[in-house]
Amino acid sequence: MTDKNQNKLDCVLNWVDERFPLTSNIKAHLTEYYAPKNFNFWYFFGSLALLVLVLQILTGIFLTMHYKPDADLAFGSVEYIMRDVPWGWLIRYMHSTGASMFFVVVYLHMFRGLLYGSYRQPRELIWLFGVAIFLALMGEAFFGYLLPWGQMSYWGAQVIVNLFSTIPFIGPDVSEWLRGDYLVSDATLNRFFAFHVIALPFVLVGLVVAHLIALHEVGSNNPDGIEIKKLKDKDTGIPLDGIPFHPYYTVKDLVGVSAFLIVFSAIMFFAPEMGGYFLEANNFIPADPLKTPAHIAPVWYFTPYYSILRAVPPILNSQFPGVAAMGLSVVAFAFLPWLDKSPVKSIRYRGTLYKGWLVAFVVSFLVLGYLGTVPSNVWGQFGPVLGGADRATVVARTFTIIYFLFFILMPWYTRKDKTKPVPERVTG
Amino acid sequence: MKSLTKMKKVLWLLVLMPLVAFASQEVHLDKAPVDASNHESLQRGARTFVNYCLNCHSANYMRYNRLLEIGLTEKQIKENLLFAGDKVGDTMKVAINKKDAAKWFGAAPPDLSVEVRARGADWVYTYMRGFYRDYSRPSGWNNTVFDKVGMPHVLYALQGEQELDHETHQLKLVKPGALSVDEYDALVADLTNFMAYMAEPAKQQRHQLGWFVLAFLGLLLVLTYKLKKAYWKEVH
Repeated sequence: MTDKNQNKLDCVLNWVDERFPLTSNIKAHLTEYYAPKNFNFWYFFGSLALLVLVLQILTGIFLTMHYKPDADLAFGSVEYIMRDVPWGWLIRYMHSTGASMFFVVVYLHMFRGLLYGSYRQPRELIWLFGVAIFLALMGEAFFGYLLPWGQMSYWGAQVIVNLFSTIPFIGPDVSEWLRGDYLVSDATLNRFFAFHVIALPFVLVGLVVAHLIALHEVGSNNPDGIEIKKLKDKDTGIPLDGIPFHPYYTVKDLVGVSAFLIVFSAIMFFAPEMGGYFLEANNFIPADPLKTPAHIAPVWYFTPYYSILRAVPPILNSQFPGVAAMGLSVVAFAFLPWLDKSPVKSIRYRGTLYKGWLVAFVVSFLVLGYLGTVPSNVWGQFGPVLGGADRATVVARTFTIIYFLFFILMPWYTRKDKTKPVPERVTG
Repeated sequence: MKSLTKMKKVLWLLVLMPLVAFASQEVHLDKAPVDASNHESLQRGARTFVNYCLNCHSANYMRYNRLLEIGLTEKQIKENLLFAGDKVGDTMKVAINKKDAAKWFGAAPPDLSVEVRARGADWVYTYMRGFYRDYSRPSGWNNTVFDKVGMPHVLYALQGEQELDHETHQLKLVKPGALSVDEYDALVADLTNFMAYMAEPAKQQRHQLGWFVLAFLGLLLVLTYKLKKAYWKEVH
């Protein structure tokens, strides 16, 4: 660039900066935001979650142009998108694959938090915003899943809305109010469409902004769980273990984005149904309020919680304890910052006790996730000695207990755990 | 490097995930020989579909002129597949009244546009070869993969009559039809092939485009990785 052009650019930039904090924001959030230099594989998933959010919003806009939120037209309009809209099939598959991949990256992102204690003081609010994002995302996915108006859309929504009717006293009125009808119908479809395309995306974007503002206020955690701001260069005031986010992490995240898009595209182009996990076969049958499918299972990302719901036996003829347990299993994450009493943050310096519990938790999550996709008689029944109970139900109950013990016993085992000394500076 | 091996593990996990999907199956289904690149088979299947299925079953999301994709000309479509004054840009609709049909068969014949995506090609292939005589049913027919089905055996003049041996659960041809067993299986294979194509006409385009996208992204991964290496040289 010639000097003359450079001057012109500076002029424009100055003009903007006098009216809007452009340069200072770029500095605060990118070029002079100092991130620890030892981020590893697990640190890709935050930026990937942001990428998928943008992808879902963009593809969603184009889907909204052709989709009809009407019980008589919805199913057909999705097929219209798949067949007659130019590149409609690609946009629709991007959106359906994106929905599942959103949960993949968010679950891995959350697991990163567990590994390195990213929820610990002073990052409690980042974590709480994150839990809120997770809840909003679950709502967004649930409302969106009704829109194709297939059998699974319909009966999945029926089951979930009915959960609210188990709330003592006010339950039936609440679920009727949510549906806008006595059963899932056109009225329900219309309001779910409104929630899916405007209400929750707004909430999600707002929460993501709050999540990032809070993160950039306190600074990022790292695989060593060390506060890099404690050791700064005396002259510059820059953390000794910090590097500017841009260009170092922007170019690094580009590698993550490329690898992620390869996985994403492999699924989208060659297995968009993902063996019935991302798009269920039953959902290619139009919704029929008179025909209940033999086996109703939610999409894979809800199945751990669905398993917990099924595992809890009714008390006093009420299913509410199961619903409450399911709700609690999601909200439990919010309490982590105050349950964890360990003197160290990162798994690298924790003892075997915490590691053991984390493994038990992850195994519980995966087993419950699998069991939520299959009928509860999948492994047959125990003999008469054990009351002939479904084997899978007993297993689900066991792992539900382990799931909750991970949280309940955390103050105890994190205190008791034999930790290793944490180094001054970050390691490789 | 450590993080790369970890990444590999996770990628493998993602690749292997579909393999653990729904492994159980109640009824044995024969493998349908589906080949979307075989245009002649698709054309024969389209003919069978339009002549036999499209009297009761609609394919409301499938347009006739989409068949240009499988090598038919507009003239061929108009002369051989269009009846009842449909236009070539129309979707495959039927005149049958849903309420009447429900009265006649016990249930209205479902739209077949995405039947293969709902039930699978193997199911359709086995179902269309699984009709047997059962005079206890109102239609006189029953089916091995769809017990007490409302639909009569529409292709029975071609296949002939089968009987079910209730002890061995084997079907036996007791009255031959116009086609031999192999010819009939081939006809159903073509029909299934067409229905699989109809369930997702963009599938072939999807696969072709997929390879280009993956090749591009592979290149992008190499470039971004080199870029990252170049920048990070100075980080110690």
